[in-house]
Amino acid sequence: MDIVGSVAVQIFYMIAILALVSSGLAIIFGMMRVINLAHGEFLMLGAYAAVVATKAGVNIWISMFIIAPIFVGIVGVIVERLVIRFLYGRMMDTLLATWALSLLFIGVMTTIFGNATQSITAPVGTFSMGDYSESVYRLLIIAFAVVSMLGIYLVLRHTRLGLIARGTMQNADMASALGISPQRVYTITFGLGAALTGFAGAVLAPVSGLLPTMGATYIAKAFITVIGGGQVIVTGTSSAAVLFGTVNQVTTILTTPVIGTVALFVAALILLRALPQGITGRFFRRGL
Amino acid sequence: MKLSWNLGGLLSVAVIGVTCLLVLPLVVDIFVLLQLTLYLAFGILALSLGFVWGQGGIFSFGQTAFFGLGGYTYAVVAFNMSESTLPLIAGMLVPVAFAFLLGYFMFYGRISTIYLAVMTLTVTLIFYTFMGHTAGYEYSIGRAHLGGFNGMPSIPPINLPGYPERMAFPEDNFVITGAALLLIYFGLRALLASRFGRVVVAIRENESRAEMLGYDIRLYKMVTFGIGGGIAGVSGILFANWNAYISPTVFELALSAQIIIWVVVGGRGTLIGPVLGAIGLGYLSIELGTQRTVDVNLVLGAILLIFVLAVPQGLLPTARFLALRYLPWARPPEDLVTVAHARESANND
Repeated sequence: MDIVGSVAVQIFYMIAILALVSSGLAIIFGMMRVINLAHGEFLMLGAYAAVVATKAGVNIWISMFIIAPIFVGIVGVIVERLVIRFLYGRMMDTLLATWALSLLFIGVMTTIFGNATQSITAPVGTFSMGDYSESVYRLLIIAFAVVSMLGIYLVLRHTRLGLIARGTMQNADMASALGISPQRVYTITFGLGAALTGFAGAVLAPVSGLLPTMGATYIAKAFITVIGGGQVIVTGTSSAAVLFGTVNQVTTILTTPVIGTVALFVAALILLRALPQGITGRFFRRGL
Repeated sequence: MKLSWNLGGLLSVAVIGVTCLLVLPLVVDIFVLLQLTLYLAFGILALSLGFVWGQGGIFSFGQTAFFGLGGYTYAVVAFNMSESTLPLIAGMLVPVAFAFLLGYFMFYGRISTIYLAVMTLTVTLIFYTFMGHTAGYEYSIGRAHLGGFNGMPSIPPINLPGYPERMAFPEDNFVITGAALLLIYFGLRALLASRFGRVVVAIRENESRAEMLGYDIRLYKMVTFGIGGGIAGVSGILFANWNAYISPTVFELALSAQIIIWVVVGGRGTLIGPVLGAIGLGYLSIELGTQRTVDVNLVLGAILLIFVLAVPQGLLPTARFLALRYLPWARPPEDLVTVAHARESANND
């Protein structure tokens, strides 16, 4: 039984990581059709914000839950105002511009912090299941992923902000005619997506080394999860995370982590070939 | 009249190119020549994306996959041979075959633009992850050992076909690389002037219209992608030969990013623009790498951002546009101006 529990934790942990790193991207892509290639760098900025704040003496949970999301959210709003808003509807140009931003952020952070790895440790220990021990922080990450997915769903489904955002994305002219400024909705949505990404980055800070180039580790997986999920934000991203996370982790346990990663990519290729619109292009189309 | 104007451009490229190839090895020192060889090899890589994306409208994140595949294939076969002719052929054919396979998978699956970009990116990352994993001695092909992240050192150089002892010196490599670049450039120009090339451009301009006119766009796109893969493969061979070394870093995101920047800066929709972009920015990156005050990524990111926002057409088309407007002597016969303006406004739509 112990090994079953350990394997289950590992699989859920992988799914949670995928869901966490892709949720902000899913909002920005799903709502605004903007491919944000600077997503990995938003994660990186969140992680750095959390580490810098913690090292300056702020409580680690405060820096994770408050400082990192607010900081990256502000960066997101600035980016939207200065760059993205000129490029709506030009998907290829937004992709290139956000790639430029990604390089720019890496350059700025390398200039400030250098190329040395920094780290913090999470203030929680390990627990044991029979012969196996697992870190409590893994369980926390799983919980964070569930909570953020639920949070996105509830905000989109049950709040006025979510209603306005969904309405604007469906028909910006109609929303505008009803007295809502689409510009503002876009800015807020982009900022919220960025804030969520900053939170994910902060959560990942204790389990991954901090480098200005760390975004590259996650960007591909985040993209594959979002694209594999399709247009429906919460259902799509969660189902893709479950699928890819399971494939990755089961293969990893059976072989090596490298083969696990390759299996994830191959699974993504096959999925996209079979379902060019992602999972939600075929299933759960009426989800959210 | 129209023909003569086109011919003028082609002739000047040919004259300048051949002159550089013949004169530069005599006048510049060996270190500069080595650097130039690298830029020219990257120029070929830029040309492959310039063709696939700029002419065919297929945005491929994965040109480095074919680049690396070409380099690795050349290295593996060369280690098992005493002669470089077969390795060269294999280094071209394997990327072409792989590009056709991937192209069949994607175009016949009707994958849309953005998804295609993600797929090609994914394939590149598979190569990167897998090649980094091949450190063990079980990953040997004949006498070639793949070597994981340590890469494959001391790759045998290119030799004169049939004369294994007559190996290429750095000066020869410069001429070989430059000649390959010129040949591929003129080959692509000829291809674009042919019926096939016109259909490829027509598909870029309007996919549904081309399809309604009865062209099998899947086939045309697959062939375009295959040709682009082959050109990237040639570039990879020349790079592996120049470096005498190849490692999984050729599959890194950083290189894919740079190719796209070269094409955007030089000018999408032209062929010579991406080459100039590769040479200019290659030079700039090396120069920036030698100093420590400004980060390379910072400068490249800033350049790309400025171009996307302010000069989305790229340097060459913008320069041509300005020349047509403000320099009366550069203006071609009237009908061409109309064509150029029509094309300009069509692109802005």
